[in-house]
Amino acid sequence: MLVGVDWAGVAQQVVAGLSSGGTYATLAVALVLIYRATGVVNFAQGELAMFSTFVAWTLTRHGFAYWPAFLVTVLASFAGGIALERAVIRPVERASVLTIAIVTIGLFFIVNGAAFWIWSPEVKSMPNAFSTRPIRIGGVAFAISDLGIIGVSLLAVLLLWLFFRFTKLGLAMRAAALNPESSRLTGIRVSWTIALGWGLATALGAVAGLMAAPPLGSFDQNFMQPILLYAFAGAVLGGIDSALGAVIGSLALGVFLNLLGTYVSWVGTDLRQAAALAVILGVLLVRPAGLFGKLAVRRV
Amino acid sequence: MPLLELRGVTARYGALRALQGVDLSVDEGEIVAVLGANGAGKTTTLRAISATVKTSGEVVFAGKRLPRRPEAVARARIAHVPEGRGTFMQLSVDENLRLGAHVRRDRVGIKADYDRALERFPILAERLGQAAGTLSGGEQQQLALARALMQRPRLLLLDEPSLGLAPRVVADFYAGVRELNEREGMSVLVVEQNASLALASSSRAYVLEVGRVAVAGTSPELQRHESVRRSYLGY
Repeated sequence: MLVGVDWAGVAQQVVAGLSSGGTYATLAVALVLIYRATGVVNFAQGELAMFSTFVAWTLTRHGFAYWPAFLVTVLASFAGGIALERAVIRPVERASVLTIAIVTIGLFFIVNGAAFWIWSPEVKSMPNAFSTRPIRIGGVAFAISDLGIIGVSLLAVLLLWLFFRFTKLGLAMRAAALNPESSRLTGIRVSWTIALGWGLATALGAVAGLMAAPPLGSFDQNFMQPILLYAFAGAVLGGIDSALGAVIGSLALGVFLNLLGTYVSWVGTDLRQAAALAVILGVLLVRPAGLFGKLAVRRV
Repeated sequence: MPLLELRGVTARYGALRALQGVDLSVDEGEIVAVLGANGAGKTTTLRAISATVKTSGEVVFAGKRLPRRPEAVARARIAHVPEGRGTFMQLSVDENLRLGAHVRRDRVGIKADYDRALERFPILAERLGQAAGTLSGGEQQQLALARALMQRPRLLLLDEPSLGLAPRVVADFYAGVRELNEREGMSVLVVEQNASLALASSSRAYVLEVGRVAVAGTSPELQRHESVRRSYLGY
């Protein structure tokens, strides 16, 4: 059966899959960030990324090139995420997880509706972030944009990891997520670390949206919804409380879905979302903690 | 002027009043013990100081009213080792120690205190990279104290440090606290069920009964006090 396999084609599809997976990974890490800080999946994460993308699109219409628009949008999203947390999440900070989850679902519809209200419903297109030329590596042609998206996604996640691992504030944020009560006794302003988490997650979402939009050719206000689903599937696959797991899970999912869509003719592009849902279901049934989800270490 | 003073402090959990007008003080350089049965309000007294419970009345520290937010109390340099020690189990020993100094900005001083903590507790130096949750109970108690000291506190609040530890480990711990007090003048407010141990280690003590101070005095006085002896020392 392996006879006559077009290995160059497979390599191309794997890289294309990693590229989609990189976008999912960026959004998945944003989900993990908020999950660990507040114990909920932020259902509005994708819509916030969409909103950021539309802001960037507006900037490109007013003379900004892609990368300056990218930078401004990511910074604005960081500030916006903090403001949003202060306005919407803080009042329910001590409420049950279910309450907060419902608030994020409400946020999903509000942000989506606001985007339709601000920007007309016709489809938009985003300038390319990377050259559209192919590049030949080892005799195989890859799209520069695929490699660029993989690079930017991994860089964003790496920067975040360095922040959490090596800065005092990053350590305080991890502590606050693990044990808020004890953190407050230590002098950490837990409420602010949660806001900061929302800021970082929203900025990360902006990166995901801005990577995802150009290759689509055209997009509308709903373009992030499937990507949120894939990011969620990737995060569940890797373990919703593990950022590394979410990255690996998302990359694996990107490759899997792309190969599935390319080589299994009846799946095509129509059943990709169904396949992602199947992954979520399968993982939750077989291994709810995901591949890298941790059990608490404790000696009794 | 006392370092810490509680005047008519009441505290409640919802409708339940856990403290009903407690007056208590700790002078600079003193070890003060709070004794009492389960539910007498010992832990709540500490929580009232660090504002992890709703209070009314006055909590005055170094001449100023303490703000009613735990993170602000920590910034006033009060280190609270709570029930269960408040250790960050999933974080490493090193990270736990660094978190202790969160409120501080003096890099040089933090580094010096970090080195001193490892000198004082050599076992922690061997376990720096390990998750705190993998330490034994006695090691975790050392880490809790080391973490509190990283805050360079003016007052140390200890909640039942003897709980769940072997007698020898407890004796070592209290010896360490006394040494800290004698050598560095650390002020300590310790809540303890083990009354004989607490009285032997403190200069003054309060006995709480149903949210009120029932008896107060110097520790030697309380060791001789008839009803304290019968109720808490068991002879």
